[in-house]
Amino acid sequence: MAAKRKAPVKTRNPDLIRGVGKYSRSKMYHKRGLWAIKAKHGGVFPRHDPKPKAPVAPEKAPKFYPAEDVKKPLLNKRKPKPTKLRASITPGTVLILLAGRFMGKRVVFLKQLTSGLLLVTGPFKINGVPLRRVNQSYVIATSTKVDISGVNVEKFDDKYFAKEVEKKKKKGQGEFFEAEKEDKKTLPDEKKEDQKAVDASLIKSIEGVADLKAYLAARFSLKSGMKPHELVF
Amino acid sequence: PFKRYVEIGRVALVNYGKDYGKLVVIVDVVDQNRALLDAPDTVRSQMNFKRLTLTDIKIDINRVPKKKTLIDAMEKADVKNKWENSSWGRKLIVQKRRASLNDFDRFKLMLAKIKVSRSFIYFSILHHFRAIFS
Repeated sequence: MAAKRKAPVKTRNPDLIRGVGKYSRSKMYHKRGLWAIKAKHGGVFPRHDPKPKAPVAPEKAPKFYPAEDVKKPLLNKRKPKPTKLRASITPGTVLILLAGRFMGKRVVFLKQLTSGLLLVTGPFKINGVPLRRVNQSYVIATSTKVDISGVNVEKFDDKYFAKEVEKKKKKGQGEFFEAEKEDKKTLPDEKKEDQKAVDASLIKSIEGVADLKAYLAARFSLKSGMKPHELVF
Repeated sequence: PFKRYVEIGRVALVNYGKDYGKLVVIVDVVDQNRALLDAPDTVRSQMNFKRLTLTDIKIDINRVPKKKTLIDAMEKADVKNKWENSSWGRKLIVQKRRASLNDFDRFKLMLAKIKVSRSFIYFSILHHFRAIFS
């Protein structure tokens, strides 16, 4: 379309029943003001001729034709949708991690990253869980919420958590027999500062609620007689 | 041998089905197995006796009273308070509360239980100490 409308215009022709409009063709011609457009352009509708195309270089015949027809793969225009966040998970919710190194730990939810993973923090001083990404499926959302208003999580995204690319070392023959010097990977100070900054205001709001600090420090486990399908989290 | 009878005005607890846990009043008997029930918050309906457990509470009504009459009679007999203060009623309330506990609530409950038991241990040790040394 040559002219683009900002918003789709409502039809000036209301339906009497589906398929039958209230106004006839001649009435609609008048309503839409086509007579005014014609008058403006001297009795004819404005023509939009196609713009002259730039001259295209003539296509050369290919050097090589395959013996049999090559099949083209079918077109796939699928765009994966962003991961839907469960309604029970809102910023500040206490989550229970179900798998991994921090299995059973109760942790505070900060935000959902663009990859769909949840950004989560212990806080580190309370239960040893650092700023970490976690999949929604491996988490139970409790109904306990922590006040998260003082925390700025703008700067954290998936790139922050990407593994650092190691430079490939050229393996000489002699080095096979030497013990490979493995540098202990320490956390850069910058990340430690980030953790402290996020946790500072979180810890303050946690200490405002009775027993919440001890709650976050303890791990969750199923005891005898607890039925998970009957528990209210 | 029997103390609770099916009679008009007997308050019963529904123990099976959609209305599980509700208190209803028997307003009429349909036949050997079924009763007509009514309650302030339900439509008058019939139910098998097997789905009911009789309580000790009885109110004074005629056969199949109007809803308003029923509600007034229940207020007069103070069914709600009698039920909530009876040991059976209190047990049900506690069960409901326990089932609705949050994960955080269960944690706080655990802390409270430990506190009680620890203070009891402390008290009993103190008591023995005094008994031995006095």
